[in-house]
Amino acid sequence: MRWGARRSGVRTNPDMTPMIDVTFQLVIFFMLTMNFSQEEQTELIRLPSSEIAKPPDQPVETPITLQITAKGNVIFGGQQMPLANLKRELLREKQLLESMPGKSASKATIIIRADGRAQIGQVQDAIAICQELDFQHFVLRAKQERKVLKPEGA
Amino acid sequence: MKRAGRDETTQRIELNMTPMIDVVFQLLIFFMLSLKLLAPEGDFHIRMPKAAPAEGQPDPTQLPPIKVRLTADRNGNLRGIQMAEKQLRSLEQLRNEVLALVCDERGPKPEAAKTEIDFDCDYHLRYSYVVEAMTAVSGYVDKQDRIVKVIEKIKFTRRPKE
Repeated sequence: MRWGARRSGVRTNPDMTPMIDVTFQLVIFFMLTMNFSQEEQTELIRLPSSEIAKPPDQPVETPITLQITAKGNVIFGGQQMPLANLKRELLREKQLLESMPGKSASKATIIIRADGRAQIGQVQDAIAICQELDFQHFVLRAKQERKVLKPEGA
Repeated sequence: MKRAGRDETTQRIELNMTPMIDVVFQLLIFFMLSLKLLAPEGDFHIRMPKAAPAEGQPDPTQLPPIKVRLTADRNGNLRGIQMAEKQLRSLEQLRNEVLALVCDERGPKPEAAKTEIDFDCDYHLRYSYVVEAMTAVSGYVDKQDRIVKVIEKIKFTRRPKE
């Protein structure tokens, strides 16, 4: 009978090789698509999109990320706070930077990730606060996305 | 001898696969959960020197900045664009005006790299319109899908809150 093998108590060894192959393929796929550099993205911020915002070729030196929500609050160092509190927190960051050799506020780059619905004045206020503390390099971050401008006269 | 005896009776060596499969599944699940499919992000560099012209001689070859005024309606939507006293209808027209200034038929002229644009926006204008305007002036995507940078010096004039 067919079931003879089972009855005689021999262990069946299913061939695991194809499964392990597939699993390894998956592991490798997910490993390669993983991206540590965009860890700071949060759901709170909807970046505006731009077709010519090209991802930088090399990482910026001493990046400090400042996120501005649609309501004009600032997320800095994982904490959400009103714009008025930013100066205190940034000052702490600046002191920390200056305690490290070769680093200073004037060499650091502030990356601004502002929500598209925020007001430009709020973004400028945040920049002004950074400038008061000697930060000089700023980049505005946008999502790289094809967005066709409306044709003339539309 | 013990060893020889075992070799002779060898059937198949059974590797215990269970721990390996456990670990591989752990890894698989970790990478799956940490997967985020996101659009890549890019940067616009802006020039924001701390104070008015730094020490030293001003650069004589530096052209005066092109002033672009963006006004907003009550809801923060873009209402009007003005470039050097000229009223423009759309951001596309702004792009054409800027390209006419700094480009010829072969692409950006050398002066383009020295040209500076100064955005003067209403306080409550939404940030996304400013990024659109920056996109319009700072470059375009050509027919071969390459990004051509036109003007890379962008600065902002700060306006008080109304």
